[in-house]
Amino acid sequence: MTERLVIVGASLAGLRAAQAARRSGFTRPVTLVGAEPYLPYDRPPLSKAYLDDEVPKKPFFRTDEQLRAELDLDLRLNTLATSLDPSRRVVALSDGDELEYSAALVATGATARTLPGAEKLVGVHTLRTLDDAVAIRAALDAGARTVVVGAGFIGSEVASGARKRGLLTTVLEALPVPLVRSVGEEMGHACAELHRAYGTDLRCGVKVTGLESAHGRVTGVTLDDGSIVPADLVVVGIGVSPSTEWLGDSGVQLHERDRGIVCDEMLSSGLPGVYAAGDVMHFPNPLFDGELMRLEHWTNAAEQGALAVKNALNPAEAKPSAVVPYFWSDWYGHRIQFVGVPKADEIRVVSAELGEDKFLALYRRGDRIIGCISIDRPAQIMKYRRLIMQSQPWADALELAGVS
Amino acid sequence: MLRIVVDHGKCAGLGMCEAEASDLFEVQNDGSLLVLNETPGEDRREAVIAAVESCPTEALSFVQE
Repeated sequence: MTERLVIVGASLAGLRAAQAARRSGFTRPVTLVGAEPYLPYDRPPLSKAYLDDEVPKKPFFRTDEQLRAELDLDLRLNTLATSLDPSRRVVALSDGDELEYSAALVATGATARTLPGAEKLVGVHTLRTLDDAVAIRAALDAGARTVVVGAGFIGSEVASGARKRGLLTTVLEALPVPLVRSVGEEMGHACAELHRAYGTDLRCGVKVTGLESAHGRVTGVTLDDGSIVPADLVVVGIGVSPSTEWLGDSGVQLHERDRGIVCDEMLSSGLPGVYAAGDVMHFPNPLFDGELMRLEHWTNAAEQGALAVKNALNPAEAKPSAVVPYFWSDWYGHRIQFVGVPKADEIRVVSAELGEDKFLALYRRGDRIIGCISIDRPAQIMKYRRLIMQSQPWADALELAGVS
Repeated sequence: MLRIVVDHGKCAGLGMCEAEASDLFEVQNDGSLLVLNETPGEDRREAVIAAVESCPTEALSFVQE
């Protein structure tokens, strides 16, 4: 068998995997397959600084030269993996090539979901790729009336970028309170307040039924009450689907709900030598009672990309992926940070109890702290993260917060 | 000797380094990063490397002096 590591997916998890392979002393060929025509790039800035800065910075992690020279990578960009055959240990590519692997990492990430008919219209975008960000930025620069469908984190960041330019901005949300499923009701209200304070028209409990257009260009969004919200730019932020279509015949286990790969805590897919990392996969997190989770977070992709490859190359010393989920989001110059998991027995809005403006809430499961969310408290969030990582008692978290 | 170097222009105060090594790094209330010990001992080398690698904005590095 050819000693070769094949990494499918050339974003953060894939890049970190390649780096980890080399750092651990793997000297055999490493092939990195990427669907987009670009070198690996950083996605969080695409909805933040890339939209806001006067001159946006290029988000590439490394130059082509660095990747080839430092990591000795066989880079296959603008190339899709089309299938994985576990019996022959082969990944087939869209250019007809077949790559034999001794170890393979699936890091294909996820694809943004959109509205029916959106593909055919100019002015309707999701925000996942560099191309998306370039198009959205151009529309914002042109002064587009902006409508964001879905009051999630990325959509809210786009709304923030639009308001920074003083544009008419509307956010449409199906739920009565934004983000209620991911962070709870109180925090959802705090997020809603941020939108309103900065002049974004946030409309909750509304259902989008379609898109209006003229001459192939979007002109508005139709709601279920028959009204139309005029728009030159529509950004759809209604979640993502794991990019696993190409694995349909591989025999790998896919989750019934979203078809993400189901892995064990060592990030093994169950197929010999095939591991997965990042947004594409579910894993049982030993830090949270083995709860099966699929995370769409930068830090998780980075950590798992490196860990999955180390486990794949040295299964005898494999370590479980015990990550504390962490994400951040920047809205209107405010930073929202979340660590841990939101499924809690109790959520205490500590900032309200203390009469403080800057939001802080703690999440309890059983007798331990499992989550913390804050707005504009960068010095505190990592202190709670440590408590969560060490499975510390709830009382310790309350003490740190200064409440009883 | 290890010396920790912070590019404060790149640092976004996300705190991953503090999560890796709270004896070396602390994010301040204004979001800036304070390095608590710029020249940690050899026994903290692994922690420094972990912090450097965990930084989402690649603001951290170290030099050997």
